Amino acid sequence: MENNKLMKLTLKIWRQKDAKAKGGFETYQVEGISPDTSFLEMLDILNNKLIHEGREPVAFDHDCREGICGMCSLYINGKAHGPDSEITTCQLHMRKFKDGDTITIEPWRSAAFPVIRDLVVERQAFDKILQAGGFVSVNTGGVPDANSIPIPKADADESMDAAACIGCGACVATCKNGSAMLFVAARVSSLAKLPQGRVEAQRRAKAMVAKMDELGFGNCTNTGACQAECPKGINIAHIARLNREFLSAKFKD
Amino acid sequence: MEDVKAIRNGAKKASDIEEKDRDYYLERRYPAFGNLVPRDVASRAAKERCDAGFGVNETGLAVFLDFKTAIERLGEDVIRARYGNLFQMYEKITDVDPYKEPMMIYPAVHYTMGGLWVDYNLMTTVPGLYAIGEANFSDHGANRLGASALMQGLADGYFVLPYTIGDYLSKKIQAPKVATDTPAFDAAEKAVREKIDKLLAIKGKHTVDEFHKKLGNVMWEDVGMARSKESLERAIAQIAQLRKEFWKDVYVPGENGEFNQEIEKALRLVDFLELGELMARDALNRNESCGGHFRVEYQTPEGETLRDDEKYAYVAVWEYKGADTAPEMHKEELHFEVAHPAQRNYKD
Ligand code: FES
Repeated sequence: MENNKLMKLTLKIWRQKDAKAKGGFETYQVEGISPDTSFLEMLDILNNKLIHEGREPVAFDHDCREGICGMCSLYINGKAHGPDSEITTCQLHMRKFKDGDTITIEPWRSAAFPVIRDLVVERQAFDKILQAGGFVSVNTGGVPDANSIPIPKADADESMDAAACIGCGACVATCKNGSAMLFVAARVSSLAKLPQGRVEAQRRAKAMVAKMDELGFGNCTNTGACQAECPKGINIAHIARLNREFLSAKFKD
Repeated sequence: MEDVKAIRNGAKKASDIEEKDRDYYLERRYPAFGNLVPRDVASRAAKERCDAGFGVNETGLAVFLDFKTAIERLGEDVIRARYGNLFQMYEKITDVDPYKEPMMIYPAVHYTMGGLWVDYNLMTTVPGLYAIGEANFSDHGANRLGASALMQGLADGYFVLPYTIGDYLSKKIQAPKVATDTPAFDAAEKAVREKIDKLLAIKGKHTVDEFHKKLGNVMWEDVGMARSKESLERAIAQIAQLRKEFWKDVYVPGENGEFNQEIEKALRLVDFLELGELMARDALNRNESCGGHFRVEYQTPEGETLRDDEKYAYVAVWEYKGADTAPEMHKEELHFEVAHPAQRNYKD
């Protein structure tokens, strides 16, 4: 609250009319930005100003604005979700910048995520991977009694940690190979650690990896960049579990 | 009051306020339940404190939630294991460490009670269109408890829908691909196109966001946590006025047929204007207080909700009658066979 100075900022924003158009950066100014403003609110302010000036507002993705849905997706000053750790863009606040700063804002860049417009990219590839295996199809019958299947706390915790993935795609955008391994691993791991999901663990790993390859995501070379940029701090140890499930499935073929 | 001022201008931190100078208003008002009162009660009490001038933060729109004694009693690790993700979210938003300083909290609209009418199979009035989770009205009553959204999503998606939708689909298994060259489809497509063209053609002076904020204010002030006949009638009139202005003076930039988020926002706002008005009408019709619906005229001497089960033990189902016609209400009576409703009491 001491830092109550309103900020003036220069924004270099990627503009691209549609998937086929050649995009480029355009420069904008915003003023009177409170450090307590969120990054997306700052973009709202910019857009409102642009509309009043008769210019096209900047398209960007967002929904919950509280870090739980995975819709927001900006590459800010060369980092997925901007210069703070374990947060999504919508949780980033302007106090992380200084008055007079120039901020560069780009969309996720990856062959598997084509730009739809400006900062919005098509992330359907993730849905397709999920449709290939990210579910439980064994019928578990009627409502079971609570606690009738005990699950060790360590397993439940690990499953929950992996389930924290919100599918935003920061891992893909950050990875120099454009690999979706962290995303796939988080799904495989969270389900494999619970009894209902365990049954299909190997089949699931195989199906999801096959889909990922088919959709043009790159290979994982263990650089660990994804983990560093993941807003939910998903650990690359899950990739090891995915590899294990995948290999045992392959051996059985 | 001096402490409030000192906190607002940054001269004092919340943790500087001595125990004897603190007002634990929930414990004062609800000794038996304290901080565990239902969220509508807690929210109303927080807003009451802020409206009375005791709010902190630069805006005056916050009260404190202090985990100090809980941390002393259970240890930081236990609190971290339970609420770590929420505390982290809070720290990122406010830049204040909630393990050290009391949290600043204020009620906000997070969800609404009610939703689309569905039958026991979760099908809406449109044949073949199912609504599950929070979108339908079926499971949650006049109030919500923590995690009821999650509960309803799981219950509907895991335990109900798999057993009901098959019944509908089984009769459709031979049905051909749905045709789009029918008069009904053409009419629907034309209506949507016309609506979008109309929005784009207005080229007024105000953005969709500006209208949206105005609507939000009306809902917050007059159809919010405490409402009255007077405030609801005012809201209905204001929304009608706002709708008029919107259709006269909104500016939706860009073109149709391209990825245009402003068109999307505008179309949503058209729906919100309708829904907001419907909520006000429904609240006006219900001359009682019940759960999250608190009509100031209907309260006990202690200021708690006062129901009228004789007259209002029903779900109000509103039937859409067209854009310019008042909706029609149908009643679904509620029958309680096992658990019977009783007057809430959080005092003792
Ligand atoms: S908008 Fe939902 S996570 Fe950012």
